Amino acid sequence: MASLGLGSRAAKPKLDRDAWAVRAFMLVIALYLVVALALPLTVMLSKSLSTYRFDLTAFELQIDKGEGWSVPVTLASLADALPADKRPELATNHDGRFGVVDLLPDFSFRAKTRYRLRNAADGAVYLYGSERIADREWHEYSSNEFRRVVVRPAASRGLDNYRTYFSTPSLVQSIENSAWIASVSTVLTVTLAFAFAYALARTCMPLKGLFRLVALIPILVPSLLPGIALVYLFGNQGFLKELLLGESIYGPIGIVIGSVFFTFPHAFIIIATALAISDSRLHEAAVSLKAGAWRRFWTVTVPGARYGLISAAFVVFTLVITDFGLPKVIGGQYDVLAVDIYKQVIGQQNFEMGAVVSVVLLVPAVIAFAVDRAIQRRQVAALSARAVPLEPKPDPAADWSGFALCLVVAVFIVGILAVCQFAALVKLWPYDLSPSLRNYEFDRMDGGGWEAYGNSIRMALYAAAIGTAVVFVGAYLVEKTQGFRTGRTLFQFLAMMPMAIPGMVLGLAYIFFFNDPANPLNFLYGTMAILVLSTVTHFYTVSHLTAVTALKQMDHEFESVSASLKQPVWRLFARVTVPVCLPAILDISIYLFVNAMTTVSAVVFLYAPTTKLASVAVLNMDDAGDIAPAAAMGMMIFYTNVAARLVHLALTRGLLARTQAWRRR
Amino acid sequence: MTSTSTPGGEAARPFLRVCNLVKAFGPFLALKDISLDVMEGEFVCFLGPSGCGKTTLLRAIAGLDLQTSGGIEQAGRDISLLPPSQRDFGIVFQSYALFPNLTVARNVAYGLESLGLKRAEIDRRVADLLELVGLPDQGAKYPSQLSGGQQQRIALARAIAMSPGLLLLDEPLSALDAKVRVHLRHEIKSLQRRIGVTTIMVTHDQEEALSMADRIVVMNHGVIEQVGTPAEIYREPATLFVADFIGAMNKLPVRVEDAEHARLGETRLQCRPHALDPGAEATLAIRPEDVVPVEGNGTGSANRFAVTISEMEFLGSFWRAWLAGPAFGAAGLEADFSVNAIRRLGLEEGKQLTVELPADRLHVFAGAGVDEDG
Repeated sequence: MASLGLGSRAAKPKLDRDAWAVRAFMLVIALYLVVALALPLTVMLSKSLSTYRFDLTAFELQIDKGEGWSVPVTLASLADALPADKRPELATNHDGRFGVVDLLPDFSFRAKTRYRLRNAADGAVYLYGSERIADREWHEYSSNEFRRVVVRPAASRGLDNYRTYFSTPSLVQSIENSAWIASVSTVLTVTLAFAFAYALARTCMPLKGLFRLVALIPILVPSLLPGIALVYLFGNQGFLKELLLGESIYGPIGIVIGSVFFTFPHAFIIIATALAISDSRLHEAAVSLKAGAWRRFWTVTVPGARYGLISAAFVVFTLVITDFGLPKVIGGQYDVLAVDIYKQVIGQQNFEMGAVVSVVLLVPAVIAFAVDRAIQRRQVAALSARAVPLEPKPDPAADWSGFALCLVVAVFIVGILAVCQFAALVKLWPYDLSPSLRNYEFDRMDGGGWEAYGNSIRMALYAAAIGTAVVFVGAYLVEKTQGFRTGRTLFQFLAMMPMAIPGMVLGLAYIFFFNDPANPLNFLYGTMAILVLSTVTHFYTVSHLTAVTALKQMDHEFESVSASLKQPVWRLFARVTVPVCLPAILDISIYLFVNAMTTVSAVVFLYAPTTKLASVAVLNMDDAGDIAPAAAMGMMIFYTNVAARLVHLALTRGLLARTQAWRRR
Repeated sequence: MTSTSTPGGEAARPFLRVCNLVKAFGPFLALKDISLDVMEGEFVCFLGPSGCGKTTLLRAIAGLDLQTSGGIEQAGRDISLLPPSQRDFGIVFQSYALFPNLTVARNVAYGLESLGLKRAEIDRRVADLLELVGLPDQGAKYPSQLSGGQQQRIALARAIAMSPGLLLLDEPLSALDAKVRVHLRHEIKSLQRRIGVTTIMVTHDQEEALSMADRIVVMNHGVIEQVGTPAEIYREPATLFVADFIGAMNKLPVRVEDAEHARLGETRLQCRPHALDPGAEATLAIRPEDVVPVEGNGTGSANRFAVTISEMEFLGSFWRAWLAGPAFGAAGLEADFSVNAIRRLGLEEGKQLTVELPADRLHVFAGAGVDEDG
């Protein structure tokens, strides 16, 4: 048998065209994730470690007051000669400029004095006007010219930025503030969402479908919209202001109420799922063992939903601590981490400190993400046991108290939107309540006008189309191809990462990465493309998981059968995989569309004058005091998302009827 | 045990040759140096408990999971390293793997459609194939509208649509209920005979293997224990594992005396010739149906024992009896008695009788227990 010559050589497969195509596609999508995620974050991390300092020993100066050139002296020795209180602050940021004349107490630009300056060390740079001088030669200037000479800082690496951050009380206070509002919001939201989901799952109250629908509304609006409504209700001119007993809505109260609003649907979905899989046989067993309702609740219901509760808590905590829009609108003087990033970057142009705050914000987000993933894995295990779903039995007391609770929550949610819509349609709340469309004349306001609204829709459509394609193909490659194991593991890791990255952090990382003139991708900066890129990346993980779940439900031998029939992979993909997964594909696209319409955090750093977005316009109009137009724009986003959802529903129904006849038996 | 017996004789060249195949998953060896020949038109079953490597071997032959080392040759062509799409086989899986969104006809036509055939030609071929698997009028339905057995037949039609040289069946009947399984067993076998395609089927069901295969490859722990016709495998198991895995088997600890004798307790038994050393501990094996009830009282002659029936179980066409006797220890001896024999001898629980263990049905295997097999 050995004569066959097939002996014991190590096997290495020959690759057919398919295998090459699959590898090429995987490379492209992995490259996408590296460029859109890994590299920007790496650059940001390195920025947070970059410190800038004027190194005055690296410059030498000669002065000629008409008596010939003096002996060269370093700028450092000039600084040392100054009185202690006049000495310059040498720590700065990457954009720092230091006027040399500040070291010369008797400088006058009218004097006939002449100056010579040279870089005395490699890497030292100074500017004359906008001319960058990096050589080691002497350059001569008149005193009128010399006042335009500034030296640039030298870069070094270290933890100095972090030291500065943690020794600045006003910055460190934000950590506590963020943790506090996130914790309080988490407790409130999870409690409320649990009660709401419990009432829907375990009572026979009326209007369940309607309540379920209302609970999901906040997903369709930007997180800062409840902030605007709260300003109208409880702000300085709010008609419910007295309810706060003298407390101001601008601050933790407002942030917490608004956070409960916008995180409610997320918690509700998770907890409702957890309650739905609870096993009725456990309840029957408990009843047969004579356990009372209270005991059953604590020994069967709550333990059954515990993974859902923990998961919901982490999701809400992460959403609140990373949210930017709401605290920006209603936070007042109450600083939180996400807003600090914005202030450092946009307000003070201190990018390094922005990067430091980003890293600080990354810590709780990453921890929450890791814990949540670990828990979800256990939840899956709990799910695999075949459970008999629980059918609630009528019980008037429970049914009506459940109804009352759901009604309160529904009124809260609908009320917030109603206030915004009402305020948008009147002349001047609360003084002149006559109807008017003036607040819809966005072109007269700061923020981008109707063009911003159009941009948002375009951006959302692009994100939905491109994002869905990238995500689904990526998930297919990870899930359904063989070999290339390290690559797939890395890909999977990259695909899960965006969930842990706050939008503000992603946006800032994009500035660092794409705004660098040395980056060949620099041309993307300030375009619609970078907005789409950041949005798709920001919402990649949930989309990826949706796609993976759908793909996992498909028979894993389809690829083998197709290969045995000598069919290329793309044919199977187009004729079987995509048609069968169409519902999931539509779900991913609507998810990306809705989030692209409402997101503020990542794009707030990245929009350009020609690519302003509706959600950012809400923020900017509110900032400029045009609160009613901001509310009007926010409601436009809401209606657009409702319309998109309806289109999605019609499409799903229509396509299912046409292409998925096989689902009917 | 890797020798092969080829019914076609030495002259015929095997259609499929597997040479020294090794498959490692990390430190674990799923296939340990497997060599095997399959002749053209043969129906071969890979039989073994789960985890024995039979599916791994099948997937290596298909190119779905590449072997770590070793070679495979099909129809004179070295296919060891080819991707599945460049090999020549059709495959049927336990899960059917029918495309749910395509009709039955489109499923069967899936491979044909890219051959550049005319539509009418494809339709005719699909109709023929559906006829062949006995589902001529089901082409317009979707897979989910068919029963499991029907779906499996469609999967079979799809697998043979391209007239492959090799048909691979990966536990094709395991997901079906018992009655359908027996029926489909017969259908697949007769279909295979009609079209004459060389077929390899993986199964853990010995009955399936015995009833369908021309030859059975019994595997365990990544090695081939025995290759042979169903009758050979059943009547002349080569190892204790095969003896124990196929059918029921009594196992009795013995000590070898010489090439044809072993000692069971106090009794010296004549048995089939073997090559074990005298004095070695061994296992004596006999099938329950080979235990012969003897009329009258003849314990004196060789291989006979006086026993008591401790329990009986009616199994339809025969009775299974548990026989207690001093030689058989706590486990006792299982014997299958025909309904006739029961009636003739008036056997019932508690009754004493004499049984004979025929020497040519007494296998002797090395080792003291089934756990020490190769």
